[in-house]
Amino acid sequence: MVEAERGLRLEGVAIALGGQRLVALDTLIRPGETLTVMGPSGSGKSTLLAAITGTLAPAFTLSGRVRLDGVDITHMPTEARRVGILFQDELLFPHLSVGGNLAFGLRPHVRGRAERRARIEEALEAIGLAGFFDRDPATLSGGQRARVALMRMLLSEPCALLLDEAFSKLDATLRGQIRELVFDTARDQGLPVLQVTHDISDAEAAQGRQHLL
Amino acid sequence: MIRTLAGGVAVLATLAVSAAAQAADPADWSAVLDEARGQTVYWNAWGGSNTVNDYIAWVGQEVQDRYGVTVEHVKLSDTAEAVSRVVAERAAGKDAGGAVDLIWINGENFAAMKEQGLLFGPWAEQVPNWQFVDPAENAAVTADFTIPTDGLEAPWGMAQIVFYHDTARVAEPPRSMPALLEWASANPGRFAFPQPPDFVGSTFLKQALLELAPDPAVLGRPVDEAAYAAATAPLWTFLDALTPNLWRGGQAYPQNGPRLLQLMADGEIDIALSFDPNEASNAIANGELQDSVRTYVLDGGTIGNASFVAIPYNANAAAGAMVVADFLMSPEAQARKQDPAVWGSGTILSMARLSAEDRALFDGIELGVATLSPAELGASLPEPHPSWMVRLEQDWIARFGVSE
Amino acid sequence: MGLGGMREASLQRTGPLAPWRIRLLPWAPALTMAAMLGPVLAGLLGTLAPALGYMPALGGTGVGTAVFADLLAWPGLARAATLSAVVGLGATALSLAIVVLIVAGWSGTRTFAAVERALSPLLSVPHAAAAFGLAFLIAPSGWIARALSPWATGWEQPPDLLIVQDPAGLSLILGLVSKEVPFLMLMTLAAMTQARPAQSLTTARALGYARVNGWFKTVFPAVYRQIRLPVYAVLAYSMSVVDVAIILGPNTPPPLSVQVVKWMNDPDLALRFRAAAGALLQLGLVAAGLGLWRTLEVAAAFAGCRWTLRGGRGNRVAEAGLRLAALALAGVSALAVFAGLAGLLVWSFAGLWQFPDLLPQDLSLRNWDRHGPRLAAPVAETLLIGGLSTAIALLLTISCLEAEHRHGLRPGSRSLWLLYLPLIVPQVAFLAGFQTFALLSGLDGGRVPVVLAHVVFVLPYVFLSLSEPWRAWDVRQDTVARALGAGPDRVLWTVRLPMLLRPLLTAAAVGFAVSVGQYLPTLLVGAGRVRTLTTEAVALASGGDRRVIGVYALMQALAALAPYLLAIFLPRLLWRNRTGLRDG
Repeated sequence: MVEAERGLRLEGVAIALGGQRLVALDTLIRPGETLTVMGPSGSGKSTLLAAITGTLAPAFTLSGRVRLDGVDITHMPTEARRVGILFQDELLFPHLSVGGNLAFGLRPHVRGRAERRARIEEALEAIGLAGFFDRDPATLSGGQRARVALMRMLLSEPCALLLDEAFSKLDATLRGQIRELVFDTARDQGLPVLQVTHDISDAEAAQGRQHLL
Repeated sequence: MIRTLAGGVAVLATLAVSAAAQAADPADWSAVLDEARGQTVYWNAWGGSNTVNDYIAWVGQEVQDRYGVTVEHVKLSDTAEAVSRVVAERAAGKDAGGAVDLIWINGENFAAMKEQGLLFGPWAEQVPNWQFVDPAENAAVTADFTIPTDGLEAPWGMAQIVFYHDTARVAEPPRSMPALLEWASANPGRFAFPQPPDFVGSTFLKQALLELAPDPAVLGRPVDEAAYAAATAPLWTFLDALTPNLWRGGQAYPQNGPRLLQLMADGEIDIALSFDPNEASNAIANGELQDSVRTYVLDGGTIGNASFVAIPYNANAAAGAMVVADFLMSPEAQARKQDPAVWGSGTILSMARLSAEDRALFDGIELGVATLSPAELGASLPEPHPSWMVRLEQDWIARFGVSE
Repeated sequence: MGLGGMREASLQRTGPLAPWRIRLLPWAPALTMAAMLGPVLAGLLGTLAPALGYMPALGGTGVGTAVFADLLAWPGLARAATLSAVVGLGATALSLAIVVLIVAGWSGTRTFAAVERALSPLLSVPHAAAAFGLAFLIAPSGWIARALSPWATGWEQPPDLLIVQDPAGLSLILGLVSKEVPFLMLMTLAAMTQARPAQSLTTARALGYARVNGWFKTVFPAVYRQIRLPVYAVLAYSMSVVDVAIILGPNTPPPLSVQVVKWMNDPDLALRFRAAAGALLQLGLVAAGLGLWRTLEVAAAFAGCRWTLRGGRGNRVAEAGLRLAALALAGVSALAVFAGLAGLLVWSFAGLWQFPDLLPQDLSLRNWDRHGPRLAAPVAETLLIGGLSTAIALLLTISCLEAEHRHGLRPGSRSLWLLYLPLIVPQVAFLAGFQTFALLSGLDGGRVPVVLAHVVFVLPYVFLSLSEPWRAWDVRQDTVARALGAGPDRVLWTVRLPMLLRPLLTAAAVGFAVSVGQYLPTLLVGAGRVRTLTTEAVALASGGDRRVIGVYALMQALAALAPYLLAIFLPRLLWRNRTGLRDG
């Protein structure tokens, strides 16, 4: 078996709506690297992410290929792609506790109630939320929610990370902290990151390549 | 298109029909009893009266205990619902295993089902308790609105038209149709009859016709045009004068007999009529009617008839239905039915044919406060031929039922 | 922060799901349509045949127009048909006007929230129960007259006034309005959440338009487009209603639909043919009524455009009058139903209760003792049938919506029409025919066919009440959950359904209430053997004893109301620690 290429490769990816091309990109994002795609609203930034997560609406047509660590994921179901995503809203599941949200993300190979619980408590501690297992997510502060959302995604052991205007709702101080946390973690874990934003400061914080739509 | 459909219908129908109904033979009664044990009889009977519903529930309990037959009272708001049911089954070719096993029926509904061949039988005159019935003494038990029953239905009660009035408001009630008209003109809005073709409403028309027709004898024969015009002319004159003085000026009618009871209790009317001589007593006993209400009959007598039960041709439990019908004709069931505390409906049995012991069951019954003794009730008048009722209803609807 | 070591080397990715699941779901919309439309179409065919004279069971073998000639010769036909049309159009116009004026004049205020709260439980009160209550309230010997007699009116005995069953059908219209206002209100509120009216209205008012004037010019067109089909359903229902019309409507002659049922039940079996022709006429009448309404819509739209272009800002004083009038009408109609039910409650404990006593001479448990034991079986049957038909309807609805979500099978506006078909085609036009078909297929006289017949009517309401919140759900929740590794089924069961618990329960409550209220389908398809609270109530009500009616109507209302209460309180209980779901 040949050594697989690592990272997120967009191979001649182009998205069209009704015959009109919206986005075209051909690139490789290496592990730990961040590519920031910038553009005004309506330029198809989120559509690009939908193509990578596999949730593109039927009206769009996608050409090209998406490879992740050498595997062609273009036509895989979303849940099999191992692509994590963060939106500007944390989208914590409101019917589950904080711990329940994290358990939803935690991979099933961690077996046994006690073992899973321990992993989640450990993860809560890592984001400074020790003892928050049974809390209602609606009662958390914005920064706490953002950290839970990040941790939930990390527990699902993704191979790439997508950021959809992930920091745009946070206030200036919080924004810096969370941004730092996300990008540091991605670098530590060697995740390729693709972020779309219309805010230049997000791009600067990512310290990576930029692509304008 | 329709033909194709009908073809498909016929094929499906054949498939739908299960094994043909076992022909229960009433002559071999022990075989009937054997077959009936374990059967469920769906008895389709009007469900608008508490007393009747209670009585039917008692019957169900008794035949369950004695014969192992389960009775399910299918409460109807109109007997014709059960007739419709059988018609629909015939239309679909369901000639066995039908949903209706026993129907409380008489008059037009019986005439229609008999004519269309929708009834099982003859059976009624072969069941054991028929021995206590004497058609010579009471012709109504074998002639339903003058139509011969031919053993296709069994009688289970006698009914007679009675009027009732609130003595607190009307001391001396009018005892003839002309007197009623005069009273109503003086007291507009205080008398009502149910809207024909309701059973009681139509009977009011026939009662008036019997009294007003120049020659009542023609009413016993099938209607013919010449006789009809002559016989009904006084009736229409009477109704033309009465209608504006009815409850609501004849612009709205109560839907059926029991509704008159509510109107009487509400004080909306002072005089009403019923096909159940004991209805007022029952209602008083149940706190549904003020105890100042009393019953009376017209001087010229009132119409009476028998109530019957019949079995549809495709009944699923014909044997069980016959067992129930036979029980209904037993002295015990008849005596209980005549007890005003239970129902108060007249018996169809001949006292002369009963044993002394059975007769004693009837002698012990106490009449209700507003119930007339048999002597006061008087002999009942026979129903006109059903064809008269059909014509009367049609003409009444055209003249008064769709009025401006 | 030490977040390392989480990533596993395993890059194994699971393939697509088991193929049968994917193949089954796309069939859901077709299956749903078949479940709803099959009985309607079969029933219409079954009605058409006897209307043309073909019914071999009764000796009708020829095909021709003789039956229609017989129908046209019936002397009350013109009046009966006119009555149906006038009552239908009147009740619909009045209900719509009340709802629209209330929403235009009061939405966003505290009064509006109160009105909304007062109206929503009314939705579950079965039509017949509401009608019985109303009849007792407004009759000359009714509660209102009793309250005012004799001290104010001088009446020692009830006056001979034609209030209930008046020839113009006014009390019937009142009865219908009191039940249709809550329904249209619910539909309008659902449409409003989509139309986002607050901004338009604020803009209009900033430009100097009075509140109602501005609402009609900026919000109403979008909202009406959304509620058009519900309005059509109200029109069709009001034109062809049977049970309410028997209780409150005139009877010399009655509205056409009631007369058709009378013919169906006439001892003279030959009238079955006329009944079928009358049922088709009823269908034509409803079609014509809808056509007329559509014409009025177009005319109103045209006039509305010109009105808007003129730029008038509206008169605040006149508007205040309109707003108050709408509030008063809605208040009166809600109050009438509540007071009527209260009247029935008192009757159910009453002994003798004569005019003009405001309360019975004696109160006792006698009526409940007498009828209580016999309620058990019909209550159980009602719950079973309502539960099963609602469950089937929910299953089909969720399958359809999930197929739409997963496979993009979004129905067009035409299939929405089909969804409304069982609500628009008059029941009398197809139920008798459907009964024949049910008999032919051997599906007859049992609980199963009754459940299937109920599904026909329950499904549209469940679909209509669930589809909006289902589609409004944030699909990014789906993306997040899937990206976390959950397959579509797991997302459905562990994320979407729990999050939509409240609308799910509301849809179930609506469906259940619809099932509880079904009279003709239960009676005809169940061969009279399937006895629910409603069939028992109607049969017993034929005796006219208000005590019995009180007991049964209250049980019927309770059976329909209980799931509503469940829909309100269960989410509160389950999500008591979940602020994000409590006020949804």
